[in-house]
Amino acid sequence: MFLLAQLAGCGGSSSTSTPGGNTITTSGSNVAALTVNSGPPELQSAGGALNTGFMSMSLCAPGTSTCQTVNFVAVDTGSSGIRILKSNLSVSLPNETDSSGNTIAECNQFVDGFTWGPVQLADVTFPGTSETASSVPIQIVDDSNSFTGAPGSCTNGSAGSDNNIVGLGAYAILGIGNFRQDCGLACTLTFFGPSGNPGLYYTCPGGVCNPVAVSIAQQLQNPVAMFATDNNGSIIELPTVSTDGGTVNGSVVFGIGTQTNNGLGNATMLTLDSNGLMTTLFGPAQTAYPGSFIDAGSNGIFFLDTATNGIPTCPTNPSLYCPSTTLNLQATNQGLNGTSSVVKFNIGNAETLPGSGAVSEFGGVFDVPSPLFDFGLPFFYGRNVFTGIEGVSNGQPTDTGQFVAY
Amino acid sequence: MISRSQSRSIALFAVAVVFFSSLPAHASLGGDPSSVQTDAQQLKSSVRVTQSANYTVHEMQVQGATVREYIAGGKVFGITWEGQARPDLQQLLGPYYARVTQAVEQYKAQHPGRHPISIQQPDLVVQMGGHQRAFSGRAYIPNMVPSSVRAEEIR
Repeated sequence: MFLLAQLAGCGGSSSTSTPGGNTITTSGSNVAALTVNSGPPELQSAGGALNTGFMSMSLCAPGTSTCQTVNFVAVDTGSSGIRILKSNLSVSLPNETDSSGNTIAECNQFVDGFTWGPVQLADVTFPGTSETASSVPIQIVDDSNSFTGAPGSCTNGSAGSDNNIVGLGAYAILGIGNFRQDCGLACTLTFFGPSGNPGLYYTCPGGVCNPVAVSIAQQLQNPVAMFATDNNGSIIELPTVSTDGGTVNGSVVFGIGTQTNNGLGNATMLTLDSNGLMTTLFGPAQTAYPGSFIDAGSNGIFFLDTATNGIPTCPTNPSLYCPSTTLNLQATNQGLNGTSSVVKFNIGNAETLPGSGAVSEFGGVFDVPSPLFDFGLPFFYGRNVFTGIEGVSNGQPTDTGQFVAY
Repeated sequence: MISRSQSRSIALFAVAVVFFSSLPAHASLGGDPSSVQTDAQQLKSSVRVTQSANYTVHEMQVQGATVREYIAGGKVFGITWEGQARPDLQQLLGPYYARVTQAVEQYKAQHPGRHPISIQQPDLVVQMGGHQRAFSGRAYIPNMVPSSVRAEEIR
Protein backbone atom coordinates (compact mmCIF):
# COMPACT_ATOMS: atom_id res chain seq x y z
CA MET A 1 0.00 0.00 0.00
CA PHE A 2 2.94 2.32 0.57
CA LEU A 3 4.24 4.33 -2.37
CA LEU A 4 7.89 5.24 -2.30
CA ALA A 5 8.52 8.95 -1.93
CA GLN A 6 10.11 10.72 -4.85
CA LEU A 7 13.64 11.66 -4.08
CA ALA A 8 14.77 15.29 -4.10
CA GLY A 9 15.55 16.45 -7.59
CA CYS A 10 12.13 15.61 -8.97
CA GLY A 11 10.81 19.04 -8.09
CA GLY A 12 9.24 20.46 -4.96
CA SER A 13 10.62 22.91 -2.48
CA SER A 14 12.38 22.58 0.82
CA SER A 15 12.45 24.56 4.01
CA THR A 16 13.42 24.44 7.63
CA SER A 17 10.94 24.53 10.47
CA THR A 18 12.00 25.64 13.91
CA PRO A 19 9.31 25.75 16.57
CA GLY A 20 8.14 29.16 17.70
CA GLY A 21 7.05 32.35 16.06
CA ASN A 22 3.77 30.99 14.73
CA THR A 23 0.72 33.24 14.67
CA ILE A 24 -2.25 31.82 16.53
CA THR A 25 -5.69 32.96 15.39
CA THR A 26 -7.85 33.40 18.45
CA SER A 27 -11.29 34.13 17.05
CA GLY A 28 -13.34 33.74 13.93
CA SER A 29 -16.33 31.86 12.56
CA ASN A 30 -14.01 28.93 11.85
CA VAL A 31 -11.88 29.11 15.00
CA ALA A 32 -12.35 26.77 17.97
CA ALA A 33 -10.45 26.91 21.26
CA LEU A 34 -7.85 24.21 21.92
CA THR A 35 -6.26 23.58 25.33
CA VAL A 36 -3.50 21.23 26.38
CA ASN A 37 -3.86 20.46 30.08
CA SER A 38 -4.04 17.51 32.45
CA GLY A 39 -7.56 16.64 31.34
CA PRO A 40 -10.82 15.73 33.07
CA PRO A 41 -11.16 15.00 36.79
CA GLU A 42 -11.53 11.27 36.19
CA LEU A 43 -7.97 11.07 34.80
CA GLN A 44 -6.21 12.74 37.70
CA SER A 45 -5.91 9.61 39.82
CA ALA A 46 -4.23 8.00 36.81
CA GLY A 47 -1.72 10.84 36.63
CA GLY A 48 -3.56 13.15 34.27
CA ALA A 49 -3.43 13.52 30.50
CA LEU A 50 -0.07 14.10 28.83
CA ASN A 51 0.27 16.09 25.59
CA THR A 52 -3.42 15.83 24.75
CA GLY A 53 -5.23 18.71 23.05
CA PHE A 54 -8.78 19.21 24.29
CA MET A 55 -11.70 21.00 22.64
CA SER A 56 -15.42 21.41 23.23
CA MET A 57 -18.06 20.10 20.88
CA SER A 58 -21.86 20.27 20.76
CA LEU A 59 -23.98 17.26 19.82
CA CYS A 60 -27.67 17.63 18.94
CA ALA A 61 -30.35 15.13 18.08
CA PRO A 62 -30.51 15.59 14.29
CA GLY A 63 -32.72 18.42 13.17
CA THR A 64 -33.54 19.51 16.70
CA SER A 65 -32.23 21.98 19.25
CA THR A 66 -31.92 19.25 21.85
CA CYS A 67 -28.21 19.53 22.39
CA GLN A 68 -25.38 18.81 24.74
CA THR A 69 -21.97 20.40 25.08
CA VAL A 70 -19.16 17.90 25.50
CA ASN A 71 -15.89 19.06 27.03
CA PHE A 72 -12.52 17.31 27.11
CA VAL A 73 -12.80 16.21 23.51
CA ALA A 74 -9.34 15.08 22.42
CA VAL A 75 -8.32 16.23 18.95
CA ASP A 76 -6.74 13.53 16.77
CA THR A 77 -5.30 14.02 13.29
CA GLY A 78 -4.31 10.35 13.05
CA SER A 79 -7.90 9.14 12.84
CA SER A 80 -11.23 10.22 11.41
CA GLY A 81 -14.55 10.11 13.19
CA ILE A 82 -16.13 11.15 16.48
CA ARG A 83 -16.25 8.71 19.38
CA ILE A 84 -17.86 9.60 22.72
CA LEU A 85 -18.12 7.64 25.94
CA LYS A 86 -21.69 6.54 26.63
CA SER A 87 -21.26 7.81 30.19
CA ASN A 88 -20.64 11.31 28.88
CA LEU A 89 -23.57 11.38 26.44
CA SER A 90 -26.67 13.01 27.89
CA VAL A 91 -28.67 13.69 24.73
CA SER A 92 -30.69 10.94 23.11
CA LEU A 93 -29.48 10.20 19.57
CA PRO A 94 -30.98 7.87 16.97
CA ASN A 95 -29.20 4.61 16.13
CA GLU A 96 -27.87 4.18 12.63
CA THR A 97 -29.52 1.08 11.21
CA ASP A 98 -29.19 -1.15 8.19
CA SER A 99 -32.04 -1.82 5.76
CA SER A 100 -33.40 -4.48 8.12
CA GLY A 101 -33.49 -2.13 11.08
CA ASN A 102 -30.46 -3.63 12.83
CA THR A 103 -28.29 -1.11 14.66
CA ILE A 104 -24.86 -0.74 13.11
CA ALA A 105 -22.00 -1.01 15.56
CA GLU A 106 -18.25 -0.69 15.21
CA CYS A 107 -15.11 -2.24 16.58
CA ASN A 108 -12.56 0.51 16.14
CA GLN A 109 -8.88 0.12 16.90
CA PHE A 110 -6.43 2.52 18.50
CA VAL A 111 -2.80 1.61 19.13
CA ASP A 112 -3.52 0.66 22.73
CA GLY A 113 -6.97 -0.86 22.53
CA PHE A 114 -10.38 -1.10 20.90
CA THR A 115 -13.54 0.95 21.19
CA TRP A 116 -16.85 -0.86 20.77
CA GLY A 117 -20.36 0.48 20.55
CA PRO A 118 -23.27 1.46 18.33
CA VAL A 119 -23.17 4.08 15.62
CA GLN A 120 -25.62 6.94 16.18
CA LEU A 121 -26.36 10.14 14.31
CA ALA A 122 -25.85 13.68 15.57
CA ASP A 123 -25.66 17.23 14.36
CA VAL A 124 -22.21 18.45 15.35
CA THR A 125 -21.17 22.02 16.03
CA PHE A 126 -18.22 23.66 17.74
CA PRO A 127 -18.74 26.43 20.31
CA GLY A 128 -17.48 29.79 19.07
CA THR A 129 -17.73 28.78 15.42
CA SER A 130 -20.48 28.77 12.84
CA GLU A 131 -19.50 25.35 11.46
CA THR A 132 -22.16 22.64 11.39
CA ALA A 133 -22.11 19.02 10.27
CA SER A 134 -25.54 17.40 10.06
CA SER A 135 -26.56 13.81 10.79
CA VAL A 136 -22.99 12.69 11.34
CA PRO A 137 -22.47 8.99 12.11
CA ILE A 138 -20.53 8.89 15.40
CA GLN A 139 -19.52 6.01 17.67
CA ILE A 140 -20.96 5.64 21.15
CA VAL A 141 -18.16 4.02 23.15
CA ASP A 142 -20.19 1.71 25.33
CA ASP A 143 -18.54 1.99 28.72
CA SER A 144 -21.81 1.26 30.49
CA ASN A 145 -22.74 -1.99 28.75
CA SER A 146 -25.97 -0.56 27.40
CA PHE A 147 -25.47 -2.28 24.03
CA THR A 148 -24.60 -5.84 23.09
CA GLY A 149 -21.16 -6.71 24.40
CA ALA A 150 -18.12 -6.68 22.14
CA PRO A 151 -17.68 -10.03 20.34
CA GLY A 152 -14.45 -11.99 20.56
CA SER A 153 -13.58 -11.04 17.00
CA CYS A 154 -13.41 -7.46 18.26
CA THR A 155 -11.65 -7.86 21.59
CA ASN A 156 -9.11 -10.34 20.22
CA GLY A 157 -7.80 -7.79 17.75
CA SER A 158 -6.43 -5.71 20.58
CA ALA A 159 -4.44 -6.29 23.75
CA GLY A 160 -6.59 -4.16 25.98
CA SER A 161 -9.65 -1.97 25.94
CA ASP A 162 -10.08 1.75 25.32
CA ASN A 163 -13.75 1.41 26.21
CA ASN A 164 -13.46 3.49 29.37
CA ILE A 165 -12.33 6.96 30.44
CA VAL A 166 -8.79 5.99 31.33
CA GLY A 167 -8.27 3.98 28.16
CA LEU A 168 -9.81 6.60 25.91
CA GLY A 169 -7.98 9.40 27.76
CA ALA A 170 -10.83 11.86 27.16
CA TYR A 171 -14.62 12.11 27.19
CA ALA A 172 -14.58 11.90 23.41
CA ILE A 173 -12.17 11.68 20.48
CA LEU A 174 -12.49 14.10 17.58
CA GLY A 175 -10.83 12.45 14.61
CA ILE A 176 -10.15 15.12 11.98
CA GLY A 177 -7.40 13.39 10.06
CA ASN A 178 -6.58 13.09 6.37
CA PHE A 179 -9.48 10.83 5.39
CA ARG A 180 -13.18 11.44 4.95
CA GLN A 181 -14.26 8.25 6.73
CA ASP A 182 -12.53 6.11 9.26
CA CYS A 183 -12.31 3.03 7.04
CA GLY A 184 -13.05 4.01 3.47
CA LEU A 185 -13.64 1.73 0.49
CA ALA A 186 -12.28 -1.35 2.30
CA CYS A 187 -15.30 -1.50 4.61
CA THR A 188 -17.68 -1.47 1.64
CA LEU A 189 -16.32 -4.79 0.35
CA THR A 190 -18.66 -7.77 0.64
CA PHE A 191 -15.81 -10.27 0.89
CA PHE A 192 -14.43 -10.76 4.40
CA GLY A 193 -11.06 -12.37 4.79
CA PRO A 194 -7.56 -11.95 3.40
CA SER A 195 -7.29 -8.74 1.39
CA GLY A 196 -11.00 -8.17 1.89
CA ASN A 197 -13.18 -6.17 4.23
CA PRO A 198 -11.26 -5.70 7.50
CA GLY A 199 -14.54 -6.21 9.39
CA LEU A 200 -14.70 -3.08 11.55
CA TYR A 201 -18.50 -2.64 11.29
CA TYR A 202 -21.04 -5.07 12.75
CA THR A 203 -24.69 -5.71 13.28
CA CYS A 204 -25.95 -7.78 16.23
CA PRO A 205 -29.39 -9.22 15.41
CA GLY A 206 -30.61 -11.30 18.31
CA GLY A 207 -27.55 -10.33 20.26
CA VAL A 208 -25.16 -12.16 17.93
CA CYS A 209 -22.63 -9.81 16.35
CA ASN A 210 -21.08 -10.38 12.94
CA PRO A 211 -19.12 -8.08 10.63
CA VAL A 212 -21.04 -6.43 7.82
CA ALA A 213 -20.24 -4.38 4.76
CA VAL A 214 -21.32 -0.76 5.06
CA SER A 215 -21.57 2.05 2.57
CA ILE A 216 -19.29 5.06 2.56
CA ALA A 217 -22.11 7.18 3.96
CA GLN A 218 -22.78 4.79 6.84
CA GLN A 219 -19.22 4.92 8.17
CA LEU A 220 -17.96 7.31 10.80
CA GLN A 221 -17.26 10.59 9.05
CA ASN A 222 -14.58 13.21 9.48
CA PRO A 223 -16.95 16.00 10.58
CA VAL A 224 -14.83 18.70 8.93
CA ALA A 225 -15.48 17.11 5.54
CA MET A 226 -19.20 17.48 6.22
CA PHE A 227 -19.16 21.22 6.89
CA ALA A 228 -20.87 23.37 4.23
CA THR A 229 -17.69 25.44 3.93
CA ASP A 230 -14.20 25.32 5.47
CA ASN A 231 -14.41 21.61 4.78
CA ASN A 232 -11.10 20.70 3.12
CA GLY A 233 -8.98 20.40 6.25
CA SER A 234 -7.97 22.09 9.47
CA ILE A 235 -5.08 23.75 11.23
CA ILE A 236 -3.82 23.05 14.74
CA GLU A 237 -2.19 26.15 16.21
CA LEU A 238 -0.35 25.81 19.49
CA PRO A 239 2.36 27.98 21.05
CA THR A 240 5.73 26.76 22.22
CA VAL A 241 5.75 25.39 25.75
CA SER A 242 7.55 27.71 28.14
CA THR A 243 7.10 25.54 31.25
CA ASP A 244 6.76 21.79 30.91
CA GLY A 245 3.81 20.28 32.72
CA GLY A 246 1.55 23.29 32.45
CA THR A 247 -1.32 24.39 30.26
CA VAL A 248 -1.03 25.91 26.80
CA ASN A 249 -3.87 27.47 24.84
CA GLY A 250 -4.26 27.57 21.09
CA SER A 251 -6.83 27.03 18.36
CA VAL A 252 -8.19 24.62 15.83
CA VAL A 253 -8.96 26.53 12.63
CA PHE A 254 -11.29 24.87 10.15
CA GLY A 255 -10.62 25.07 6.43
CA ILE A 256 -7.38 25.60 4.49
CA GLY A 257 -7.24 28.60 2.17
CA THR A 258 -10.96 29.21 2.51
CA GLN A 259 -10.78 32.38 4.60
CA THR A 260 -8.25 35.12 5.25
CA ASN A 261 -7.20 33.39 8.48
CA ASN A 262 -6.39 29.92 7.12
CA GLY A 263 -4.15 30.25 4.10
CA LEU A 264 -1.02 28.12 3.82
CA GLY A 265 1.20 31.18 3.79
CA ASN A 266 4.82 30.04 4.12
CA ALA A 267 3.88 26.53 5.14
CA THR A 268 5.51 23.66 3.23
CA MET A 269 3.07 21.09 1.88
CA LEU A 270 3.95 17.38 1.96
CA THR A 271 1.50 15.08 0.22
CA LEU A 272 0.83 11.73 1.89
CA ASP A 273 0.24 8.18 0.70
CA SER A 274 -3.02 6.24 0.89
CA ASN A 275 -2.48 5.57 4.59
CA GLY A 276 -1.52 9.14 5.45
CA LEU A 277 2.19 8.35 5.64
CA MET A 278 5.37 10.16 4.59
CA THR A 279 9.13 9.47 4.68
CA THR A 280 11.44 10.86 7.34
CA LEU A 281 15.19 11.15 6.84
CA PHE A 282 17.44 11.16 9.88
CA GLY A 283 21.02 10.78 10.95
CA PRO A 284 24.41 11.53 9.44
CA ALA A 285 23.64 9.33 6.46
CA GLN A 286 20.14 10.81 6.13
CA THR A 287 18.70 7.32 6.29
CA ALA A 288 15.15 7.17 4.97
CA TYR A 289 12.35 5.87 7.19
CA PRO A 290 9.22 5.45 5.08
CA GLY A 291 5.89 4.91 6.76
CA SER A 292 6.39 7.83 9.14
CA PHE A 293 3.61 10.16 10.18
CA ILE A 294 2.52 13.28 12.06
CA ASP A 295 -0.31 12.62 14.53
CA ALA A 296 -1.78 15.05 17.08
CA GLY A 297 -3.38 12.07 18.83
CA SER A 298 0.00 10.63 19.77
CA ASN A 299 1.45 12.14 22.94
CA GLY A 300 5.15 12.29 22.17
CA ILE A 301 7.78 12.06 19.45
CA PHE A 302 8.46 8.36 19.00
CA PHE A 303 11.23 7.37 16.65
CA LEU A 304 13.67 4.57 15.95
CA ASP A 305 15.54 2.96 18.84
CA THR A 306 18.76 3.19 20.80
CA ALA A 307 20.65 0.99 18.35
CA THR A 308 19.81 3.43 15.56
CA ASN A 309 20.05 6.83 17.24
CA GLY A 310 22.16 6.17 20.32
CA ILE A 311 19.65 7.74 22.70
CA PRO A 312 19.46 5.75 25.94
CA THR A 313 16.10 4.51 27.16
CA CYS A 314 14.81 4.93 30.70
CA PRO A 315 15.81 2.40 33.36
CA THR A 316 12.20 2.07 34.50
CA ASN A 317 10.66 2.13 31.04
CA PRO A 318 12.58 0.89 27.99
CA SER A 319 9.99 2.38 25.64
CA LEU A 320 10.89 5.99 26.55
CA TYR A 321 14.06 8.00 26.01
CA CYS A 322 16.17 9.24 28.92
CA PRO A 323 19.17 11.19 27.66
CA SER A 324 21.23 12.81 30.43
CA THR A 325 20.66 16.24 28.89
CA THR A 326 17.99 17.45 26.48
CA LEU A 327 18.99 16.70 22.90
CA ASN A 328 18.41 19.16 20.06
CA LEU A 329 17.74 17.06 17.00
CA GLN A 330 16.60 17.51 13.47
CA ALA A 331 15.02 15.32 10.80
CA THR A 332 13.81 15.84 7.25
CA ASN A 333 10.24 14.97 6.32
CA GLN A 334 9.52 14.21 2.69
CA GLY A 335 6.15 13.99 0.97
CA LEU A 336 5.08 11.98 -2.05
CA ASN A 337 5.34 15.22 -4.00
CA GLY A 338 9.10 15.30 -3.46
CA THR A 339 8.88 18.30 -1.18
CA SER A 340 10.98 18.11 1.94
CA SER A 341 11.14 20.08 5.16
CA VAL A 342 13.76 19.94 7.89
CA VAL A 343 12.25 19.92 11.36
CA LYS A 344 13.95 20.59 14.64
CA PHE A 345 12.76 18.87 17.80
CA ASN A 346 14.00 18.20 21.31
CA ILE A 347 14.10 15.01 23.34
CA GLY A 348 14.47 15.20 27.11
CA ASN A 349 14.65 12.73 29.97
CA ALA A 350 11.21 11.16 30.29
CA GLU A 351 11.80 10.16 33.90
CA THR A 352 12.48 13.71 35.06
CA LEU A 353 9.91 15.43 32.84
CA PRO A 354 6.42 16.13 34.19
CA GLY A 355 3.94 13.36 33.46
CA SER A 356 0.95 15.48 32.49
CA GLY A 357 0.06 18.70 30.71
CA ALA A 358 2.16 20.09 27.87
CA VAL A 359 5.63 18.53 27.75
CA SER A 360 7.51 19.30 24.55
CA GLU A 361 10.51 16.98 24.95
CA PHE A 362 8.63 13.76 25.71
CA GLY A 363 9.64 10.96 23.39
CA GLY A 364 10.41 7.32 23.01
CA VAL A 365 11.05 4.32 20.84
CA PHE A 366 9.24 3.37 17.66
CA ASP A 367 10.63 0.46 15.69
CA VAL A 368 7.69 -1.78 14.87
CA PRO A 369 8.33 -3.77 12.89
CA SER A 370 10.69 -1.35 11.14
CA PRO A 371 12.11 1.86 12.60
CA LEU A 372 10.16 5.01 11.76
CA PHE A 373 8.89 8.33 13.10
CA ASP A 374 5.65 9.13 14.93
CA PHE A 375 5.58 12.92 15.41
CA GLY A 376 2.95 13.40 18.11
CA LEU A 377 1.64 16.53 19.78
CA PRO A 378 5.08 17.92 20.78
CA PHE A 379 5.68 18.44 17.04
CA PHE A 380 2.74 20.86 17.05
CA TYR A 381 4.07 23.18 19.77
CA GLY A 382 5.23 26.36 18.09
CA ARG A 383 4.12 25.31 14.59
CA ASN A 384 0.84 25.76 12.76
CA VAL A 385 0.21 22.32 11.28
CA PHE A 386 -2.27 21.89 8.43
CA THR A 387 -4.09 18.57 7.89
CA GLY A 388 -5.43 18.37 4.35
CA ILE A 389 -8.34 15.98 3.68
CA GLU A 390 -8.46 13.66 0.66
CA GLY A 391 -10.63 14.52 -2.30
CA VAL A 392 -14.04 13.21 -3.19
CA SER A 393 -15.50 12.24 -6.54
CA ASN A 394 -19.12 11.18 -7.03
CA GLY A 395 -19.45 10.76 -3.29
CA GLN A 396 -16.51 8.37 -3.11
CA PRO A 397 -13.24 9.21 -1.34
CA THR A 398 -10.38 9.45 -3.81
CA ASP A 399 -7.44 8.49 -1.54
CA THR A 400 -5.54 11.37 -3.12
CA GLY A 401 -5.04 14.98 -2.16
CA GLN A 402 -4.33 14.30 1.49
CA PHE A 403 -1.42 16.29 2.88
CA VAL A 404 0.27 17.76 5.89
CA ALA A 405 1.75 21.26 5.81
CA TYR A 406 3.70 23.30 8.31
CA MET B 1 3.74 1.13 5.03
CA ILE B 2 7.08 -0.46 5.85
CA SER B 3 9.84 -1.25 3.44
CA ARG B 4 10.78 -4.85 3.87
CA SER B 5 14.31 -5.84 4.67
CA GLN B 6 16.19 -7.98 2.22
CA SER B 7 16.12 -11.42 3.72
CA ARG B 8 19.07 -13.61 2.94
CA SER B 9 17.02 -15.99 0.86
CA ILE B 10 18.48 -19.17 -0.41
CA ALA B 11 15.33 -20.33 -2.05
CA LEU B 12 11.81 -19.00 -2.38
CA PHE B 13 8.83 -21.28 -2.49
CA ALA B 14 5.44 -19.89 -3.31
CA VAL B 15 2.38 -21.91 -2.60
CA ALA B 16 -0.89 -20.65 -3.97
CA VAL B 17 -3.91 -22.61 -2.91
CA VAL B 18 -7.44 -21.30 -2.70
CA PHE B 19 -10.06 -22.99 -0.55
CA PHE B 20 -13.51 -21.85 0.42
CA SER B 21 -13.23 -21.65 4.14
CA SER B 22 -13.88 -18.70 6.40
CA LEU B 23 -11.87 -19.73 9.44
CA PRO B 24 -8.44 -18.13 9.61
CA ALA B 25 -6.01 -20.16 11.66
CA HIS B 26 -2.29 -19.91 12.09
CA ALA B 27 0.41 -20.78 14.53
CA SER B 28 0.90 -19.09 17.91
CA LEU B 29 4.04 -17.43 19.25
CA GLY B 30 6.29 -19.98 20.83
CA GLY B 31 4.36 -22.86 19.41
CA ASP B 32 4.69 -25.25 16.53
CA PRO B 33 4.13 -23.72 13.13
CA SER B 34 1.03 -25.01 11.42
CA SER B 35 1.88 -26.64 8.15
CA VAL B 36 1.81 -24.56 5.04
CA GLN B 37 -0.92 -26.86 3.76
CA THR B 38 -3.05 -26.31 6.86
CA ASP B 39 -2.62 -22.56 6.68
CA ALA B 40 -3.48 -22.57 2.98
CA GLN B 41 -6.49 -24.82 3.54
CA GLN B 42 -7.94 -22.54 6.15
CA LEU B 43 -7.14 -19.20 4.56
CA LYS B 44 -8.61 -17.89 1.33
CA SER B 45 -5.17 -16.80 0.29
CA SER B 46 -1.72 -18.03 -0.53
CA VAL B 47 0.98 -18.67 2.02
CA ARG B 48 4.39 -17.44 0.93
CA VAL B 49 7.32 -19.35 2.37
CA THR B 50 10.75 -17.76 2.40
CA GLN B 51 13.74 -19.86 3.35
CA SER B 52 16.63 -18.07 4.97
CA ALA B 53 19.95 -19.36 6.29
CA ASN B 54 18.78 -19.41 9.90
CA TYR B 55 14.99 -19.37 9.81
CA THR B 56 11.89 -19.80 7.69
CA VAL B 57 9.23 -17.16 7.23
CA HIS B 58 5.58 -17.97 6.55
CA GLU B 59 3.82 -14.90 5.23
CA MET B 60 0.05 -14.92 4.89
CA GLN B 61 -2.84 -12.54 4.44
CA VAL B 62 -5.53 -12.57 7.09
CA GLN B 63 -8.56 -10.31 7.41
CA GLY B 64 -7.22 -6.77 7.47
CA ALA B 65 -3.53 -7.60 7.78
CA THR B 66 -0.38 -9.34 6.60
CA VAL B 67 1.09 -11.73 9.16
CA ARG B 68 4.59 -13.18 9.11
CA GLU B 69 5.70 -16.08 11.27
CA TYR B 70 9.43 -16.58 11.92
CA ILE B 71 10.28 -20.22 12.46
CA ALA B 72 13.44 -21.96 13.63
CA GLY B 73 14.04 -25.19 15.46
CA GLY B 74 10.48 -26.19 14.73
CA LYS B 75 9.02 -23.28 16.74
CA VAL B 76 7.59 -19.87 15.93
CA PHE B 77 10.03 -17.52 17.64
CA GLY B 78 8.67 -14.29 16.24
CA ILE B 79 5.57 -12.82 14.64
CA THR B 80 4.96 -9.53 12.88
CA TRP B 81 1.82 -7.98 11.48
CA GLU B 82 0.87 -4.91 9.51
CA GLY B 83 -2.30 -3.70 7.88
CA GLN B 84 -5.47 -1.68 8.08
CA ALA B 85 -6.56 -3.62 11.15
CA ARG B 86 -4.75 -5.75 13.66
CA PRO B 87 -5.14 -9.54 13.29
CA ASP B 88 -6.39 -11.89 15.98
CA LEU B 89 -3.75 -11.20 18.63
CA GLN B 90 -5.26 -13.71 21.03
CA GLN B 91 -4.53 -16.45 18.51
CA LEU B 92 -1.16 -15.06 17.39
CA LEU B 93 0.23 -14.42 20.86
CA GLY B 94 -1.29 -17.59 22.28
CA PRO B 95 -0.27 -18.14 25.91
CA TYR B 96 1.34 -14.67 25.98
CA TYR B 97 -1.84 -12.76 25.12
CA ALA B 98 -3.10 -12.34 28.66
CA ARG B 99 0.27 -11.09 29.85
CA VAL B 100 0.51 -8.54 27.04
CA THR B 101 -3.00 -7.28 27.75
CA GLN B 102 -2.21 -6.91 31.42
CA ALA B 103 0.97 -4.96 30.70
CA VAL B 104 -0.84 -2.62 28.32
CA GLU B 105 -3.68 -1.99 30.76
CA GLN B 106 -1.30 -1.47 33.67
CA TYR B 107 0.64 1.17 31.80
CA LYS B 108 -2.50 2.98 30.63
CA ALA B 109 -3.84 3.08 34.18
CA GLN B 110 -0.85 5.19 35.19
CA HIS B 111 -0.23 7.12 31.99
CA PRO B 112 -3.32 8.27 30.07
CA GLY B 113 -2.51 9.15 26.47
CA ARG B 114 -1.93 7.37 23.21
CA HIS B 115 1.50 6.25 22.07
CA PRO B 116 3.28 3.19 20.69
CA ILE B 117 3.32 0.14 22.93
CA SER B 118 6.59 -1.43 23.97
CA ILE B 119 6.77 -4.36 26.34
CA GLN B 120 10.20 -5.73 27.15
CA GLN B 121 10.38 -8.68 29.48
CA PRO B 122 13.19 -11.24 29.66
CA ASP B 123 11.15 -13.84 27.81
CA LEU B 124 8.85 -11.65 25.74
CA VAL B 125 9.17 -8.54 23.62
CA VAL B 126 6.04 -7.00 22.10
CA GLN B 127 5.89 -3.72 20.20
CA MET B 128 2.83 -2.16 18.59
CA GLY B 129 2.28 1.13 16.83
CA GLY B 130 0.61 3.05 14.07
CA HIS B 131 -2.74 4.77 13.72
CA GLN B 132 -6.08 4.24 12.00
CA ARG B 133 -5.60 2.42 8.67
CA ALA B 134 -1.94 1.65 9.38
CA PHE B 135 -1.20 -0.63 12.32
CA SER B 136 1.89 -2.75 12.79
CA GLY B 137 3.46 -4.84 15.47
CA ARG B 138 6.06 -7.40 16.40
CA ALA B 139 6.32 -10.05 19.09
CA TYR B 140 9.22 -12.40 19.79
CA ILE B 141 10.72 -14.60 22.46
CA PRO B 142 14.34 -13.56 22.95
CA ASN B 143 15.75 -16.92 23.99
CA MET B 144 14.15 -18.65 21.06
CA VAL B 145 15.71 -16.34 18.49
CA PRO B 146 18.63 -18.19 16.84
CA SER B 147 21.92 -16.78 18.10
CA SER B 148 22.99 -15.66 14.63
CA VAL B 149 19.78 -13.72 14.07
CA ARG B 150 19.35 -10.09 15.11
CA ALA B 151 15.96 -9.05 16.49
CA GLU B 152 15.73 -6.36 13.80
CA GLU B 153 15.39 -9.14 11.22
CA ILE B 154 11.97 -9.96 12.66
CA ARG B 155 9.99 -7.55 10.51
